[in-house]
Amino acid sequence: MGQTIAEKILSNSAGRVVTAGDFVEAAIDVAMIHDITGPLAVKTLYEITDRVWDRTKVIMLFDHQVPADSVDAAINHLELRKFAKREGILNYDVQEGVCHQVMVEKGHVLPGELVIGADSHTCTYGAVGAFATGVGSTDMGVALASGKLWFKVPDTIAFNVDGKLARRVYAKDIILTIIGDVGINGATYKACEFGGETVEHMDIANRMTLCNMAVEMGGKTGIVAPDEATAVFLEERSVDGDFTLGSDEDATKVTRRYTASEMVPVVAKPHQVDNVVPVTDVEGYHIDQVFIGSCTNGRYEDLKAAAELLEGETVARGVRMIVVPASRTEYRRALKTGLIDIFTDSGALVEAPCCGPCMGGSFGILGPGEVGLSTSNRNFVGRQGSPWASVYLCSPATAAASAIDGVIADPRTH
Amino acid sequence: MTRSKAHITGRVWKFGDNVDTDAIIPGKYLVLNSSQDLAKHAFENVRPNFASQVIKGDIVVAGENFGCGSSREHAPLALKDNVGIVIARSFARIFFRNAIDIGLPVVECDTTEIEDGDILHVDLEKGKIYNETQKKEYTISPFPAFIRNIIEAGGLVPYIKNRAQLKSREARELETD
Repeated sequence: MGQTIAEKILSNSAGRVVTAGDFVEAAIDVAMIHDITGPLAVKTLYEITDRVWDRTKVIMLFDHQVPADSVDAAINHLELRKFAKREGILNYDVQEGVCHQVMVEKGHVLPGELVIGADSHTCTYGAVGAFATGVGSTDMGVALASGKLWFKVPDTIAFNVDGKLARRVYAKDIILTIIGDVGINGATYKACEFGGETVEHMDIANRMTLCNMAVEMGGKTGIVAPDEATAVFLEERSVDGDFTLGSDEDATKVTRRYTASEMVPVVAKPHQVDNVVPVTDVEGYHIDQVFIGSCTNGRYEDLKAAAELLEGETVARGVRMIVVPASRTEYRRALKTGLIDIFTDSGALVEAPCCGPCMGGSFGILGPGEVGLSTSNRNFVGRQGSPWASVYLCSPATAAASAIDGVIADPRTH
Repeated sequence: MTRSKAHITGRVWKFGDNVDTDAIIPGKYLVLNSSQDLAKHAFENVRPNFASQVIKGDIVVAGENFGCGSSREHAPLALKDNVGIVIARSFARIFFRNAIDIGLPVVECDTTEIEDGDILHVDLEKGKIYNETQKKEYTISPFPAFIRNIIEAGGLVPYIKNRAQLKSREARELETD
């Protein structure tokens, strides 16, 4: 019987052949912690032992409340800096940007690795063929102490997308369409394997957008089989890996098929990520704030798609637009290629790389009754501020078109 | 209201499907790291009277996919001090792990008939829930043995510590043999 990618990686990490449904204790290749889930993980670690299991395998960075926006946040940062120094682990501190972007762009994640992060969107790293999953702080603390963690080997759903996307339709529209189709718990505890010719032709940035939102349908991980694009991406980062990894033909999985050419720009309406409709259903709806950024859509490719529409245009009166590149690297790329000029010329605010308004705990907070349009991943009640605010999720192009028009707009009309 | 390992009796706070972790504890409170501080803001946006009116041992009952979204362990931690047990038709996977890890009891059961304010008695040994208000009985879906072991230890840290002690005792016994 053949194996899925998830089964192969977990078999390798557990040191025995395992299949979906098995419970395993598996060796962790890389562990990531950040400023808001890190403190509890460190507390757990020191309840168990007095050292991290392997200082070379732990990476820390601050991105949720950056630079520190309250005394409480500053204290968390201080404690974590002390921890990183004591343990000798790599600490990117506030400098590099959103954890998931940084982990992949710095080459910390390789195909076939088992990676955990104390953040639900850790599933993003599947874009380079790793089994990556978000865990809570106690799980992370145990992993920091022992280098191991228990897993239930997940079943796999293969999402096969074939065909060519139409103009102004993007990976974000694909993943929102899929989530709208299967529902907010449609992939609970499943490995979500994205494939098909559309995905094969995608760059790593867009694959990251797909894998990032696997958790929004309950997925344990999102994953794309590594290929030539993965090899080129990682070679640019001077790291090597196994690019032959893939699910066997006869592996047990459920396959769902989608046709890219039939897809249109979509939005997820308040207050649930699977509340997905074509953008044409909500055209002309009032908006107060547009946010482009996050681990879902804050990469250079996303900023470029938005800038294409914003070039020579201005953000409509009465609308605030906030652009937050996902990392320092992506920020610099956008600077050098003139994208930041386009944004600032149009009247958008460009902020330094961090999670920004996505988690509603720092800046860019929505007030009561306000409506936000966001390229991030969640639109739950109170997610971006007031419980009486509403958030619509969309692609960077839809966000840019809407910022120009001052209401929710179809990017294909621009 | 009582809370022992196997028997929990309490009043129901009923929630719907897909209660996300932002609803359980909003992002702005993630700077707080203690269960006491977090408990003051539990369900603040969706059930503003919860934190002030919850009585120790009360029971949270929900539909499908309880705890979806962010991996924040602050969510089960915000409930741990006051909530005797969370009963849902199903749980989102990270919340489920986090709750078991920190020793917050969670069980899966068909919750359709249970109403806000009902008094429940949960017998974890027998795997039964008695609805004392409605005079009804429900069966809890059993967890795999591996997860039951962690629950019985009181969470993942005590489970790991017990196991380490067991191993070192075995090692010592081998040496003395």
